[in-house]
Amino acid sequence: MLTDLATIDSLFYLAATVAVIASLKVVTGSNTVHALLYLVVSLLAVAVCFYLMGAPFAAGLEVIVYAGAILVLFVFAVLMFGLGKDETINAPKSKSVANMFGAMLLAFALLLELTVIINNAQIQQTLQANVVSSKAVGIMLYGPYLLAVEIASFLLLAGLLAGYHYAKPDVQGSQL
Amino acid sequence: MMPEMLWKLLEITIIIALLIPMAAMLVWVERRVIGIWQDRHGPNRVGPFGILQSLADLLKILGKEDWIPPFSDRLVFILAPIIGAICVLMSFAVVPFSPDIGVSDLNIGLLFFLAMASLAVYSVVLAGWASNSKYALLGGMRAAAQTVSYEVFMGLSVMGVVLLTGTFNLREIVLAQSEGWLIQSQFVGFFIFLVAGIAESHRLPFDLPEAETELTAGFHTEYSGLKFALFFLGEYLGVTLISAMSVVLFFGGWLMPEPLSAWLPPLVWFIIKIMCFVMFFILLRTSLPRPRFDQLLKFGWMVMLPLALLNLIVTALLRLTGVL
Repeated sequence: MLTDLATIDSLFYLAATVAVIASLKVVTGSNTVHALLYLVVSLLAVAVCFYLMGAPFAAGLEVIVYAGAILVLFVFAVLMFGLGKDETINAPKSKSVANMFGAMLLAFALLLELTVIINNAQIQQTLQANVVSSKAVGIMLYGPYLLAVEIASFLLLAGLLAGYHYAKPDVQGSQL
Repeated sequence: MMPEMLWKLLEITIIIALLIPMAAMLVWVERRVIGIWQDRHGPNRVGPFGILQSLADLLKILGKEDWIPPFSDRLVFILAPIIGAICVLMSFAVVPFSPDIGVSDLNIGLLFFLAMASLAVYSVVLAGWASNSKYALLGGMRAAAQTVSYEVFMGLSVMGVVLLTGTFNLREIVLAQSEGWLIQSQFVGFFIFLVAGIAESHRLPFDLPEAETELTAGFHTEYSGLKFALFFLGEYLGVTLISAMSVVLFFGGWLMPEPLSAWLPPLVWFIIKIMCFVMFFILLRTSLPRPRFDQLLKFGWMVMLPLALLNLIVTALLRLTGVL
């Protein structure tokens, strides 16, 4: 089966394998920073998958937003609160499969779904024929999905206000 | 298929083989030029005008012991400088050097550059964490906060360019400037991009992650030998990259106005423009004092962010009304 796969397919499978292995390492590792690094690798691999599926804009945003901004903040929090060492105290001692069975089941379902999509020649052809331009993404976001974008921005605004409330200097010297 | 691929590999090799010695030369250029501006000689002993100083430095650094502290996180400690250098070098893949030179015409070239710039943070943050020392950790945390903040304005400032040219492809952005450079209408965007670029490459005056008066050497306090050299290389390549991107986005890349463009080949014009910006970076380093860290972040969020948004909105309005 592997011989008749085109280059783009083999690249996709390679990236997907990397993503799967990296994600596994995220949940099995006991070192917080190493786990976060594996998560970064996983996100980068997913970005490659996006790119190979004809969505370069989504791939770029995946790297900029997730790997470049959100996970940097995660790492920052780990550095800030010194979570490098003491988190293992509360972690479950046994690393048996049973602990992660639920999450693994879900992930396996996703994997199965992806495999079906990729194996279906018809879907594959439509995927490769349609390279989504950034303009198309913009038109979709500000057309049919405008309401979703607005709701998301309201949510972010609420988060921003809450963050400001917690971080503002304590004028009266009283507890928040 | 095969010859094309070989040619591409050769092109990549040549670009890297020219970029790395250039970054090394910049160390000498910087010290020498600062020396002359400050009315002293600077390094002038090795070779004519001291031009071989970087070579001597390289030999010295190769001879040093490459020490990995026993208290560090070994793997991450080794990985950090490599990530930094690779991210900066990868960004050069989308820079169009001249009409025919340039590794990739990626259709999301500008996004790729922003992505690589945001990934470069990991180098500094991880170096600070893996060193397992107070100075390095403080430097790493400063770098994280500074870079994440300034990344936002950097992204917003170049959106004006995207708005006017209608593409993320850097080569097309250059070609769209054949009628006139974008600096004419995007001077505010250029200013924000430049300031954010200095903060991203943590050069003076925004070199707080490695402020020697407070943090010894910041995130690379524990580094020595080749790994330290890699950090240095990354910094100077970063300066070159920000200069190259400023030229591509706002100063017409390899393009020049009519009478001048025939005098020299496009690649030479591009390099001349880049060198002007590099000199400007060096001049900034010598002439501006370092702000306090809270001042830096405050300046970013209170001045740069509103300015970047305003620039974007005004550009969009002018575009909509057909002025630009």
